[in-house]
Amino acid sequence: MPVSLFEVNANVPDIRISREQLQPEADPPDGKRPAAPVQVSAIRSFLLSRGNSAIADRGFHWLMVLCALSIFGIVVLIAVELVLRSKLAWHQFGFQFFFSAFIDPETKLPQYWDPVNGHFSALPFIYGTLVSSFLALLLAVPLAVGVAVFLTEMCPQAVRGPLAFMTELLAAIPSVIYGLWAVFVLVPLLREHVNPLLIKLLGWTGLFGDDNPTGLGFLTAGVILAVMILPIISSLTREVMTAVPHSQREAVLALGATRWEMIRMGVLRNARIGIVGAIILGLGRALGETMAVTMVIGNNPQIVRSLLGNGSSMAAVIANEFAEASGDLYLSALMEIGLALFVVTIIVNAFARVLVWAVTRGAPAQVH
Amino acid sequence: MPTERKLRAQIRAGIDGAATGLAVISTLLVVAPLLAIFAYLLYKGASSLSWAFFTDIPKPVGEAGGGMANAIAGSGILLAIGSLIGVPIGIGGGIFLAEFGRGTKMANAVRFTADVLNGVPSIVMGIAVYSLIVVPQGHFSALSGGVALGIMMIPTVCRTTEEMLLMVPHAVREAALALGVPNWRSVLAITVKTASPGIITGCMLAFARVAGETAPLIFTAFGNMGWSSNLSEPIAALPLQIYVYAISPYDEWHRLAWAGALVLIVLIVTAVSLVRYVTSRGVLKGAS
Repeated sequence: MPVSLFEVNANVPDIRISREQLQPEADPPDGKRPAAPVQVSAIRSFLLSRGNSAIADRGFHWLMVLCALSIFGIVVLIAVELVLRSKLAWHQFGFQFFFSAFIDPETKLPQYWDPVNGHFSALPFIYGTLVSSFLALLLAVPLAVGVAVFLTEMCPQAVRGPLAFMTELLAAIPSVIYGLWAVFVLVPLLREHVNPLLIKLLGWTGLFGDDNPTGLGFLTAGVILAVMILPIISSLTREVMTAVPHSQREAVLALGATRWEMIRMGVLRNARIGIVGAIILGLGRALGETMAVTMVIGNNPQIVRSLLGNGSSMAAVIANEFAEASGDLYLSALMEIGLALFVVTIIVNAFARVLVWAVTRGAPAQVH
Repeated sequence: MPTERKLRAQIRAGIDGAATGLAVISTLLVVAPLLAIFAYLLYKGASSLSWAFFTDIPKPVGEAGGGMANAIAGSGILLAIGSLIGVPIGIGGGIFLAEFGRGTKMANAVRFTADVLNGVPSIVMGIAVYSLIVVPQGHFSALSGGVALGIMMIPTVCRTTEEMLLMVPHAVREAALALGVPNWRSVLAITVKTASPGIITGCMLAFARVAGETAPLIFTAFGNMGWSSNLSEPIAALPLQIYVYAISPYDEWHRLAWAGALVLIVLIVTAVSLVRYVTSRGVLKGAS
């Protein structure tokens, strides 16, 4: 009897064929051979005796199918729960939740997020999410593509392994540790040294106001988000760059190009769809990033023009206010923001995956 | 003219050198924050690490000392529940993708959905589990936190399992089937067993990923300043405790947050390095 699920039955009979069985019998002199008896070999009788495993096979098959369908189930579950809980806010505000806000008749100022009076609008959070994410992309994409180019084409072989490992290690650091470091190191650094410089040099653009000397704000959030999405963009870019066939590189070099021209024309041009996909994937990660952004963005539900001003983002407001949300409308409004975040990240991620798949089609699958 | 050609060649060589320089600079700029974070973590966290850190629970504000023992234990419990949910279902999904559904449309759809699900923000998972489990139960609980972590593990485990199973050579499967081993037995005892080092490292990768997740735990496990042994009570978790301490105004708690961050990062880096080591050495020594 088998001892466990993972041991194959060891009592297989000896199936070695003897020498007599191999040699055919000599023909009898009168040319007539007796009818050959049906010989059931040992292995055949053993297999026949074991019975049919069709039921077990089918059961196992369907169990595995169920596990695979659970992935669809998770998506459906999240969607259903979010839609159900945000119904209240949807009935109350409708589509205007995302596009307009209640204007206070006395001060003529928009009241975006007023739990006391029940006026909710997602505008400042959408603004904050977009501003911090695009700032992060602006900072991260050149660096990530530069790192990818260096690691793939220019790096000496000995250093490549450790450097690639270090870039991937950046992806493994939890968001809360990035937030911790940002609060205690990045914020003072920006507050003391970088922000005054920016205000002095670029204050004329109107984007760098000096009325928020805390060091928190969209810029800090953008910087820490850039550090966080850099490894994703970089590793995916490396993957699509290595998927470009060597013949392309050799062809450009054969025509007399310098190394940078070879990279530009032979590799980056062929991989640009995948690189765009990698960038969009990084954007998707930046849109949904919660902990680090919550700790440095200032948590002010207003739309502020200055990049140094405090704001909030969709994930940050959920993280901050969800646990203490009193009142069904408050909770429902937060759920609706969560639903919007869910839908947006799904669309962005799906689009990015299609782009990356189009370039690396045929290459072995990798998890990111 | 020859001098014009020489000038152009020099410009092109100059651009090449500039591009190389920019690539090197961007690599340094990327590696610098990583080293800065690690160095600062070591510097700030090592001074607060003591035996008391690993055995004490948090003390009230104003008293010195205290530790994060309950947070470490709580993280362990949450990860255990999460693994119980995530690992079997994930491996099952991976087996389906590699063995039964290879090349079919449904397998492509499952793979795509798993990748997309990997990109969904963890806070959305948290509020979905809140709505699913916490609201009907009426209280925060360790169970809901474990479920949230578990469903975050499923897509990652599924994809890495599929990747590892695809590497098992066909000859191994065919040999088992040719000997009359039932299909389910062949998949489990032969194919999965051959790929098991890789599958285990895939689970470790998912484990390391969810070990650092805070957002889904904020409104499911909620955090606890003391020990908790009941699965239906709120429970502390290491990243959650780090977050609560970091945004507090007390210096003592900041110190503890740094120590906790050091512990967390050491755990995660160890797991990731192990994964890297095992997969780079060649996973399937039993196959060939």
